[in-house]
Amino acid sequence: MMIRAKLAPLALAAAAASGFPSAEAESGWGQLNMPRGVTEISRKIYDLHMEIFWVCVAIAVVVFGAMIWSIITYRKSRGAIPDGTLVHNTKVEFIWTVVPVIILIAMAVPAARTLVEIEDTTKTELTIKVTGFQWGWQYDYLDDGVAYYSRLDPKSDAARELLSGIDPNTVDHYLLNVDHPLVVPVGTKVRLLVTAADVIHSWWVPDFGVKKDAIPGFVNEAWFRVDTDKPGLYRGQCAELCGRDHGFMPIVVDVRSKADFATWLKDKAAEQKHAAAPPTAPAATPAAAPADAASPPGATAS
Amino acid sequence: MAEPLAHAASHDHDHKPHGWRRWVYATNHKDIGTMYLIFACTMFFIGGGMAMLIRLELFKPGLQFFDPQFFNSMTTMHALIMIFGAVMPAWTGLANWMIPMQIGAPDMALPRLNNFSFWILPFAFTLLLSSLFVPGGAPAGGWTMYPPLVLQTGASFPMLIFSIHLMGASSILGAINVIVTIVNMRAPGMTLLRMPLFVWTWLITAYLLIAVMPVLAGAVTMLLTDHFFGTTFFTAAGGGDPVMFQHIFWFFGHPEVYILILPAFGIVSEVIPTFSRKSLFGYEAMVYAVASIAFLSFIVWAHHMFTVGMPLAAQLFFMLSTMLIAVPTGVKVFNWTATMWKGSLSFEPPMLFALAFLFLFTIGGFSGLMLAIVPADYQYQDTYFVVAHFHYVLVPGAVFGIMAGVYYWLPKWTGRMYDLKLATWHFWLSAIFVNVLFFPQHFLGLAGMPRRIPDYAVQFTDWNMVSSIGAFGFGLAQLLFPYIIWKCVRSGERVGKKAWEGAHGLEWELPSPPPYHSWTTPPSDAVIARGAAH
Repeated sequence: MMIRAKLAPLALAAAAASGFPSAEAESGWGQLNMPRGVTEISRKIYDLHMEIFWVCVAIAVVVFGAMIWSIITYRKSRGAIPDGTLVHNTKVEFIWTVVPVIILIAMAVPAARTLVEIEDTTKTELTIKVTGFQWGWQYDYLDDGVAYYSRLDPKSDAARELLSGIDPNTVDHYLLNVDHPLVVPVGTKVRLLVTAADVIHSWWVPDFGVKKDAIPGFVNEAWFRVDTDKPGLYRGQCAELCGRDHGFMPIVVDVRSKADFATWLKDKAAEQKHAAAPPTAPAATPAAAPADAASPPGATAS
Repeated sequence: MAEPLAHAASHDHDHKPHGWRRWVYATNHKDIGTMYLIFACTMFFIGGGMAMLIRLELFKPGLQFFDPQFFNSMTTMHALIMIFGAVMPAWTGLANWMIPMQIGAPDMALPRLNNFSFWILPFAFTLLLSSLFVPGGAPAGGWTMYPPLVLQTGASFPMLIFSIHLMGASSILGAINVIVTIVNMRAPGMTLLRMPLFVWTWLITAYLLIAVMPVLAGAVTMLLTDHFFGTTFFTAAGGGDPVMFQHIFWFFGHPEVYILILPAFGIVSEVIPTFSRKSLFGYEAMVYAVASIAFLSFIVWAHHMFTVGMPLAAQLFFMLSTMLIAVPTGVKVFNWTATMWKGSLSFEPPMLFALAFLFLFTIGGFSGLMLAIVPADYQYQDTYFVVAHFHYVLVPGAVFGIMAGVYYWLPKWTGRMYDLKLATWHFWLSAIFVNVLFFPQHFLGLAGMPRRIPDYAVQFTDWNMVSSIGAFGFGLAQLLFPYIIWKCVRSGERVGKKAWEGAHGLEWELPSPPPYHSWTTPPSDAVIARGAAH
């Protein structure tokens, strides 16, 4: 176990040096670390994560080194004689109390700085309300009259049935694909107003460094700005246990160029205006979805 | 003439009831300790069986065996059973056996209360386990019971709440008994700063229990009234606050994790000096470190909920207070290492488990430090990284601590030595498989796998398979444990007072097995001084 304890960080380190495959990579063995992501914040989080990781590795080398040294050197079977005087040493004890405090302060400062940045939800350019429900997401472009539901895509949905007979490996992005992804533009500070209709959910897209709980009765704020050169599809999942199908409510964000996004939004708005009523819910509306009729409808249900 | 003599003789004899009465009417600390330990071991295998089912379903992607609802029941029940049924009763069992012996007392202070606190447990867990068979199945909202989800629980909801009330009552009674015993029953000369670390850690644990179990009871009672009596403590639609539950729960929940681990600190602090043939390094610092950890455990609770949307100032406060815990914990790890430094080490099974504790608990401590960094926690929260973290501190932490304690004191309890070779096998299989089981979960979490999901995207397959193989290996290896104990009780070789060469402490001044009423006359000051940890 000591060998593992020492090797595992090395394996991680090696993987870190070689650059991590993105979450979309097919092989699982290389998936060892957090993605760097596609926003400034996600990269800062990644850097903090690696910093604290290396601090831990350094401490581990010293502490485990001392332990292993003792285990090897001071064995009775090698005739080691115990040094009975070694029971207390104020100076040493003072040092190993103070040094960790200094290391911790050194870690806390950059962490606090990044946190302040994350919490700065001013100057946002696009606001989308995200409502979690059992089991999917509703996206509501508040200023543009566009709203729709996003659920697990039908292929994954068929394959995930108990003993479906469908090999998940044959399904494109098994459990990480939806029917209607959230569409956002690159290079834009997008603000999410996160809430829930029934129970608590959590909206998480690792590549954005955003995880925010969706809580009935609360509206939480989160934001992200995807790098201008990183349009594409980014995937995540609900991160808070929310009942039977918690594992089956993925998130897909389709990040487009600003022009493409504007076109999409215009078309979508026109399409939804065309339809008689404001966005009618699919067969199961959030309010009707909960398995237990006794559960109260969320205060902020749309 | 014969009659008074016979009477005197019968006085020498213990007035213990025999047969089933010995156990049902038990007031003897050793009998009750034994029942606690057997109960804990049973629950360990039931909760472990559930873990095996979880890892079976997660062996590969796609749902092969269980409906997701049943899977959620398994994760919920596994946690409740392991925490409240296995680890906590195991500690109370060890406390019952060892505290009177270690402080020079004949028994626990409140023997009938002791009986009651044990016998609540079988009822609590019968209630909880029978919820598997009611309509709607067992609770599936997670052991943290967050509303509103937990309010969707079916017929098992009141069973969940009342079983938790019972477990809490049992814990509080047990804790009262420990405190009263330690405060009032120490032999003259057994000053507080002469007490063994196991007694110290339990004293502090008992205070934590009394402080937080009522908080849990209050929280679940509010859930109960929300569900049945129309209150809306945690329902936003009625003006309540679902996040308030999380604050209350974790105000209980964080001290709870120290309730699970502090006695392990105590045991490791006994085992390492014994097998290093050297006194514990920095005894007083060790005591103060435990006390500081216990204090800090009350002001860090919200680090379990960084993603709920707290104000910036609150997040900063809880980040800093959480990081601060690393300091006294670091002191403990350094002192254990310094205890081995220039010692004379041998590697009997209790020492092996204590060493594995030292390495692997420290790894759990490192991931804990990482989790304290709020921005990074946004990525770790509710993923397998967290699962890996708390299993590292609870399995090779708390559970290995219990194993170390049992292997350390089993010869004392039974008067017989167990099969050291087999126990060494038990150790190596456990230590290897526990890493195969939990280390890959760090990777899974970082790569983006949420916890509490019954099925996963295909790129998580490889490490999940490794983890499951580790789980099956670990589970099978544990079957050795009861076999080794059974074999020891039946046919182990007899041992003397002092089963281990380097052992110190009052328990080793008593014969093995110890007399029915441990210290009928208090040990002399010289004996206490000889046994003192420093």
